[in-house]
Amino acid sequence: MGGQSQLQPQMKPQLKAKQTVSLRAVLLSLLVLIANVVVNGSIFLFFRDSTLNPLLTAVLAVLWGVLGVYLIYYTLTWAVEQYPDYVRRKVLPYIFIGPAVIILGWLLVLPALRTLYLSFFNASSEKFVGLSNYAAIFSDHLMATALRNNLLWVFVGTLACVAFGLLIAILADRSSYEKLAKSIIFMPMAISFVAAGVIWKFVYYYQPGDEQIGLLNAIVTYFGGEPQAWTSMLQPWNNFFLIIILIWMQTGFAMVIFSAAIKGVPDDILEAARVDGANEVKIFFGIMIPYISATILTVTTTIIVFTLKIFDVVMVMTGGQYDTEVVATQFYRQFFMYRNFGYGSTLAIVLLIAVLPVIIINLRQFRKQGGF
Amino acid sequence: MAGKKKRKGSKTIVNIVLGVICFIWLLPTLGLFISSFRPAADILQTGWWKAFPHQEWKAGETLQLSKDVDLREPIEVNGKTYTDEQLKAGVKADGSRLMWENRRARTINQQEQGWKMTPDLTLDNYNNVLSGKEYKLKQADGSETVQKGTGLSQAFWNTLTIAVPATVIPVLIASFAAYAFAWLRFPGRRTLFVIIIAMLVIPIQVALIPVLKDYTALGLNGSYLGIWLAHTAFGLPLVTYFMYNFISQLPKDLFESAFMDGASHFTIFSRLILPLSVPALASIGIFQFLWVWNDYLVSLIFIGNQPSVQVMSMKIADLVGSRGNDWHLLTSAAFISMLMPLAIFFLLQKYFVRGLMGGSLKG
Repeated sequence: MGGQSQLQPQMKPQLKAKQTVSLRAVLLSLLVLIANVVVNGSIFLFFRDSTLNPLLTAVLAVLWGVLGVYLIYYTLTWAVEQYPDYVRRKVLPYIFIGPAVIILGWLLVLPALRTLYLSFFNASSEKFVGLSNYAAIFSDHLMATALRNNLLWVFVGTLACVAFGLLIAILADRSSYEKLAKSIIFMPMAISFVAAGVIWKFVYYYQPGDEQIGLLNAIVTYFGGEPQAWTSMLQPWNNFFLIIILIWMQTGFAMVIFSAAIKGVPDDILEAARVDGANEVKIFFGIMIPYISATILTVTTTIIVFTLKIFDVVMVMTGGQYDTEVVATQFYRQFFMYRNFGYGSTLAIVLLIAVLPVIIINLRQFRKQGGF
Repeated sequence: MAGKKKRKGSKTIVNIVLGVICFIWLLPTLGLFISSFRPAADILQTGWWKAFPHQEWKAGETLQLSKDVDLREPIEVNGKTYTDEQLKAGVKADGSRLMWENRRARTINQQEQGWKMTPDLTLDNYNNVLSGKEYKLKQADGSETVQKGTGLSQAFWNTLTIAVPATVIPVLIASFAAYAFAWLRFPGRRTLFVIIIAMLVIPIQVALIPVLKDYTALGLNGSYLGIWLAHTAFGLPLVTYFMYNFISQLPKDLFESAFMDGASHFTIFSRLILPLSVPALASIGIFQFLWVWNDYLVSLIFIGNQPSVQVMSMKIADLVGSRGNDWHLLTSAAFISMLMPLAIFFLLQKYFVRGLMGGSLKG
């Protein structure tokens, strides 16, 4: 498996390791397990029935939430350390990943499997229909639009976010106002989709005549142009105006991560290249990009996944009308409005399939790094 | 250094380019910010930039035409002829603008351009949103009572109580898992990791209904624990993915020396990995916090509509929903909801400093 050999606890000199499982250890670990369940369970019941001052409740709840999790890990690891080395080595990894696996399994994996199951059934989930939902998706005109739009979102949105994020991160690194500039670019990340919808309605707002309250139309009419209904009538360009909102919101994400990565590029390498006479463009493509390639992959993956699932922006701005429908809004419509569970579930699975290539590329990268 | 002068020149260019980008980025938000201080009527009638000093047509001299001017014929004013339509919309002539003042009385106003300096700004929007709008209710007996709608402050504390643990719990759980996936070896490691990464793409809408059923059965609905767990699960794949990328890139010698000293995995994790991962923890923590803070859908489903636990985004969505296009309230509420995430960003920003861990951030 990869070049990195794994660390094993044998490195620790275990001269007097206990070789048998003692009864004491078993009892202790059972006690720890039960104590965890009882203590956290009763705290939960206390909060559910409490009539304390809301502010006090808030403070206590935050304390419990934050400390509780750490203590669960602490006590469970302590219990495992009572066992001989060979047991400990086998069990410890599962304690580390246990909570993550349990929560994910319960709240995401099982629902996802249920969705896969439902996608083979008809609208009311009563009759098995095989693959006909999948066949329907690729013959549906509305779905063709949704798939086309989703591709637009993924390609244009991701490319622009990554390119702008990288550009701004590098510019900010060299400018005298780094903190200010990064804060300004990052700010849209802090805005909820509802609020962003309001903000961009002030940009795209359309009304006939000279008096415009939308910024874009005000600029257009100032230069003598005709006001346009940017997000509705200009098909298919209206999709791009919606994607601009995504770019505006998500570039901050890319920028912050890239910025951290760029700061990890050792100064001496950069200085050495400059001494050798390399210009900034060469340094960028020759040193920076290769050095932060793993980060670029991470950010690209995250944004692709995000744009594939894009939902709120479209819902807030157009509700999917005017040919701006994407797969996730279709899914929502089918599942929650038309109650067509079979078709809706199929859409979710199509999203899942669409992103598989990206995930595979990522896993390959992990393997190359020696992780797998 | 010969290159020093050149680099100083390029720094100015960098600053200018960055300045332009920042200005474009800021413009939409600036519009919201200014709008949030404008009276409700103004927001819907004029653009927000009109709050700045600008030139505007102002009423000037009134010209009286003869009463029997036929509106269907070209109308003569000051020696030039205009149509009725032109005069309705206003027509420019010699630096002033002619417009009907009273069409029936056949008076025309000759408007002059002048500077409008006094912006009408008000704090009313913020007052209404923070303390709740006052409604005057007329009782059946004719007396009036004033009722206050609920304000945002309770919702603010609720959101904070949900957002802080819903950020710390997934980041902690994911870091433990990422450490195990990166540095421990156990059967099923690869399969479990692939499953977690694949969960990145599950649209959370898929999970809402089945999870809601389980929650109702367990009594978790509307409780803090329930919403923490939901946010934890929905955030975990991304946070695990991100933390794995970071932790797996840490230099191996670190662990080896710690093992030589006889430290256990738990000690290594909490004494060594967590402190070293602060920049990564801070970045991904910010994103998880923002996601939870701005979330609407998850709260809506798992909290329901009890005012005692309602979060800010629900309040804002209520403004959109129940008050129709009350943009003046929406603008100020949107701005208040942005304050906390921005504060968090500024507080944690110092962790994104250069060279905190040398090359370890390359992942």
